[in-house]
Amino acid sequence: MIKAEWFYWLVGLSFLVMAAQMFTDRSNPRRFGTGAFWGLIGAGFIYSSWVVTKQAPAAPLGGAVLVMAVLAGFGCTGRGTPRTTTPEERAAGAARLGSKLFVPALTIPAVAMVCAVGLKHVSFGGEPLLQEGSETILGLGLGAVVALVIGMIMLREKRPSVPVQAGRSMLEAMGWAMLLPQMLATLGAIFQVSGVGTQVGKLATAVLPEDSLYVAIVVYCVGMFLFTIIMGNAFAAFPVMTAAVGWPVLVGHFDGNPAAVLAIGMLAGFCGTLVTPMAANFNIVPAALLELKDQYGPIKAQLPTAGVLLGCNVVFMALFAF
Amino acid sequence: MIVLLGVLVVVIGFATKRNPLLVVGVAGIVTGFLGGLSPGKILAAFGEGFANSRAVTIFAITLPVIGLLERYGLQEQARNLIARFAGLTTGRFLTLYLGLRQLGAAVGLNNVFGPAQTVRPLAVPMAEGAAERKHGPLPERTREKLRSFAASADNVGLFFGEDVFLAVGSILLITGFVNTSYGTHLEPLHLALWAIPTAVCAFVVHGWRLLRLDRQLERDLLTAHAGTPVVEATQ
Repeated sequence: MIKAEWFYWLVGLSFLVMAAQMFTDRSNPRRFGTGAFWGLIGAGFIYSSWVVTKQAPAAPLGGAVLVMAVLAGFGCTGRGTPRTTTPEERAAGAARLGSKLFVPALTIPAVAMVCAVGLKHVSFGGEPLLQEGSETILGLGLGAVVALVIGMIMLREKRPSVPVQAGRSMLEAMGWAMLLPQMLATLGAIFQVSGVGTQVGKLATAVLPEDSLYVAIVVYCVGMFLFTIIMGNAFAAFPVMTAAVGWPVLVGHFDGNPAAVLAIGMLAGFCGTLVTPMAANFNIVPAALLELKDQYGPIKAQLPTAGVLLGCNVVFMALFAF
Repeated sequence: MIVLLGVLVVVIGFATKRNPLLVVGVAGIVTGFLGGLSPGKILAAFGEGFANSRAVTIFAITLPVIGLLERYGLQEQARNLIARFAGLTTGRFLTLYLGLRQLGAAVGLNNVFGPAQTVRPLAVPMAEGAAERKHGPLPERTREKLRSFAASADNVGLFFGEDVFLAVGSILLITGFVNTSYGTHLEPLHLALWAIPTAVCAFVVHGWRLLRLDRQLERDLLTAHAGTPVVEATQ
């Protein structure tokens, strides 16, 4: 069976190799901080395997995470001059190789698709080939590895250091944004155990007047939207808002259709995901990956759509659920 | 009520543009203390949070091959390719991408598209290529806007496509939560059906905004070419 943890080790290992390159890159004025940051992430990826199975304490990893945050937060990380090709060389490469260049790039989605659809059901000797529940992650990982092999052969590139260098300079360009989604997931968990959710639920019930169906619908949808903005994740908002308003008031008191109320309520939360920097993996990481100067660029592009769709969800709930 | 101060830390931190990693770290520590966690528990929470959320960072595994192909001119070739389809403007291309992304997510293919896999290496150079074919080199502000919209097409397509698929996390979360908390039995199929109206709206609203992007680009570029000098792309 191919396990998800193997791919976490591969990711961790490639971060470690890239960190070693960063330490020796004299073109980077902050090479030690940069190397330490990515080295810690890489080591953390591997150590996490034992944290997940409770065989190792989580506190040292937590300490390492805070060190990473301090390294990146106080500007101890930087980037070197990427060793890459000139625009002329790229244009020549495109002219020479043509659309063959798309083959490895499209291999990633193609393998991901095969894993999600086909290999999901394949098993050897009673054990599934891909770890259950991790098929999509494994598909992406396998796709990347297969694509790299195809790319190296096709481009007749014999030095493995070349793709590692290329990946490394993209990592350096993204910097702290890479770690933010994982930090935010942690914050969500801390909010949960500290009772932030129950407090927000109480607030929502407090502003809710009795016996007004339309106000209750708006409170549920807008509550999902705002709570998602705070938590960065509709999944964290859903249980709280549903326990406070969705189920007791909309389904219980007003006798709404539960499937419609809950499905549309969740989508109102998704409108919040579109506009919050707390959903860093969707909003901040792409900005870094696309080398935008304005890290809120994607959020600004999504804001009007999110507003209109929130309104749509309120209307749909009122129309279809009651 | 006092634990809500942690939320306030986040809001103030983001509003004053402090480094987000520090903001989140401080907010976590503050909330943990206010919620009565010991320092050891807080550290453990950070560790467990990191360990359990590694899946969001796994896309980094695609960076070496994407970077390798970019060295050999992948983005240039994506530009060349789009040049052959004269009718495919930036707005139309991004609307097409939005539709494909949404359909893909609706049949459960969430990881087939993504910012690292498809937006950076393919969608952005194609969208830029289509704009450059018409307007020549793009000023930096326009380039930023166009890239932001490419990222938004990916997100909107994913969010409002995936809930139409039965086995996706959010649908399973709803059924799991409601069926155990309230002892009812909700069918994933019914939930997925009620996601369809919003999915259609999302395509219409965002698709319309993407199509309008063509006219906006035209207007932006008229003023830009008249005024400020053109800044070449960095890559």
